[in-house]
Amino acid sequence: MHWLAKPATERSTQVFIGVLTAALVAVCLLNLLLPAGHPLHVSTYMVTLLGKYLCYALLAVAVDLVWGYLGILSLGHGAFFALGGYAMGMYLMRQIGDRGTYGHPVLPDFMVFLNWESLPWYWHGFDMAWFAFLMVLLAPGLLALVFGFLAFRSRVTGVYLSIITQALTFALMLAFFRNEMGFGGNNGLTDFKELLGFPLSADSTRLGLFVASGVALGLGYWLCRAIVSSKLGRVCVASRDAEARTRFLGYRVDRVQLFVFVISAMIAGVAGALYVPQVGIINPSEFSPLFSIEIVVWVALGGRATLYGAVIGAILVNYAKTVFTGVMPDAWLFALGGLFVVATVVLPQGLAGLLAKFKRTGPAASAKEVKEATA
Amino acid sequence: MTILQSLADRDRVFDFLIPDPSPVDVRHGPILYLEDVSVSFDGFKAINDLNLTIDDGELRCIIGPNGAGKTTMMDIITGKTRPDRGQVWYGSRHNLLTMNEPEIATLGIGRKFQKPTVFEALSVFENLELAMSADKRVMPTLVARLSGEARDRIDEVLEMIGLQTARDRPAGILSHGQKQWLEIGMLLMQRPRLLLVDEPVAGMTEQEMERTGELLTSLAGKQSVVVVEHDMGFVRSIARKVTVLHQGSVLAEGSMDQVSSDPRVVEVYLGEEA
Repeated sequence: MHWLAKPATERSTQVFIGVLTAALVAVCLLNLLLPAGHPLHVSTYMVTLLGKYLCYALLAVAVDLVWGYLGILSLGHGAFFALGGYAMGMYLMRQIGDRGTYGHPVLPDFMVFLNWESLPWYWHGFDMAWFAFLMVLLAPGLLALVFGFLAFRSRVTGVYLSIITQALTFALMLAFFRNEMGFGGNNGLTDFKELLGFPLSADSTRLGLFVASGVALGLGYWLCRAIVSSKLGRVCVASRDAEARTRFLGYRVDRVQLFVFVISAMIAGVAGALYVPQVGIINPSEFSPLFSIEIVVWVALGGRATLYGAVIGAILVNYAKTVFTGVMPDAWLFALGGLFVVATVVLPQGLAGLLAKFKRTGPAASAKEVKEATA
Repeated sequence: MTILQSLADRDRVFDFLIPDPSPVDVRHGPILYLEDVSVSFDGFKAINDLNLTIDDGELRCIIGPNGAGKTTMMDIITGKTRPDRGQVWYGSRHNLLTMNEPEIATLGIGRKFQKPTVFEALSVFENLELAMSADKRVMPTLVARLSGEARDRIDEVLEMIGLQTARDRPAGILSHGQKQWLEIGMLLMQRPRLLLVDEPVAGMTEQEMERTGELLTSLAGKQSVVVVEHDMGFVRSIARKVTVLHQGSVLAEGSMDQVSSDPRVVEVYLGEEA
């Protein structure tokens, strides 16, 4: 069977895609068909909020791919997410045209404000959608390629790699904060008007972006599933548990790590690109180390090495965040920390492990459980 | 233009990506040849002018007290450690000092580590599948499908190592002895010409030891087997030729009876036990 078709035969993927599709259809119907006053009506505000969660879920899947299956704890995946977001943001900025505050036909507002004469070279091409969408994949992919090539070839692993990824995203944050970089400094890119000709303020565009996020999550999940259930996926698990042994079998572990890391970075970039038009802004805070650590917390809570656990974790934690920051904003970080501690002590396998206890699911999850039982 | 086209061709395999397919050349007898090999760590000479020749199809036991350099010697052969000087040849064609670990593994040198390291989260079958000789580059591994022939080979090896009933169990729940056999099975999947086996019976029961001995002697002939072992009883039961290492070089070589009656060997090694 073709490796891309294999997830279709897996129970967990069938259930996941089924639930995701049902949820997407349900939200659309409840938003479109029910009148605004109806108790079951899903408001457009809610649709956008859910769309944001779906982007986070896709990001969490990308992190779980490298952390759960490859054993690489990346504390800098927010950087790839943000780069994808910036690529999309640059496209959206160019789409504003002369409708900005200063009315300049080409230059975005912040460049006019900084008295820039012309567009920096790296802003060229972003007026074309195909180029910008390509950059959504290429920018994070290239960064991951160069970074990963150097790190994996030198066999930097474990906590050292985590620290370097953290430093990477921190360095990028500082760089993007600078006005001279040409990415809008600490204000970032905002005031977007339209995407592919659809006005971003329109309800239908917002619903469309929500559906697009859901489809991207489904495709990203499917791709990751196909990778982890291929022979390459088993090589990943092997190198996670016994890297030297895998190398002795003749596998180029550094290349495997690089390949999966780049795929993961690109998925994170797509998540960022879908996130930006929904929240309406991209600024350097997405590069902040804290955000990257939060992603890891989602995955840990949901359960590593299951992929669907990452999705559950991302959606639940972010829903809790929305509720908490609304009710008592100061308590959120304590709640997050508490949640993490409780999950580590009570649910070492995360919520997915809890599910697996009731019903045997993915082989990775059950094998890990056995390992723990015998340890 | 044609160059660009050929660069873009997805099916093109660049010359430098093709592993040297030439089989090991053993027409001159030895499959492994170490000459004047020395390596030191922080001034400590772990290997000191070591000379060793292993013939094709031979079963050789290497013994020696702790710190004699047995493991370091294995590390040098498999490319994990680079010697300061000396020569290491695989057959008469391949200079192992110019190759890295995966290349050496691809050439048909398999190593079993002292501590069994199987992939605990994967099933016994999957462990053998990963060990199978195949195109191990990233993309071919991603699209790899298990052929009927490969499946037969895995079942064949499962039978040799006696783990048919544990086929779909995670390797993590196997007993210590079973893990050792699985490791040997993983080596066999690569159809190696030379097997390096590090302390195969450490921690095994009498019964498991006996089975391991049978397994190793049955392998010799089709492939060369080098066994590093502490257990003298076990060595006596399987060895035809024994090499004694001491302080990084060869102290004595010959049949078990010959070396165990050598006064120098008795002094440095067997003497401690007697």
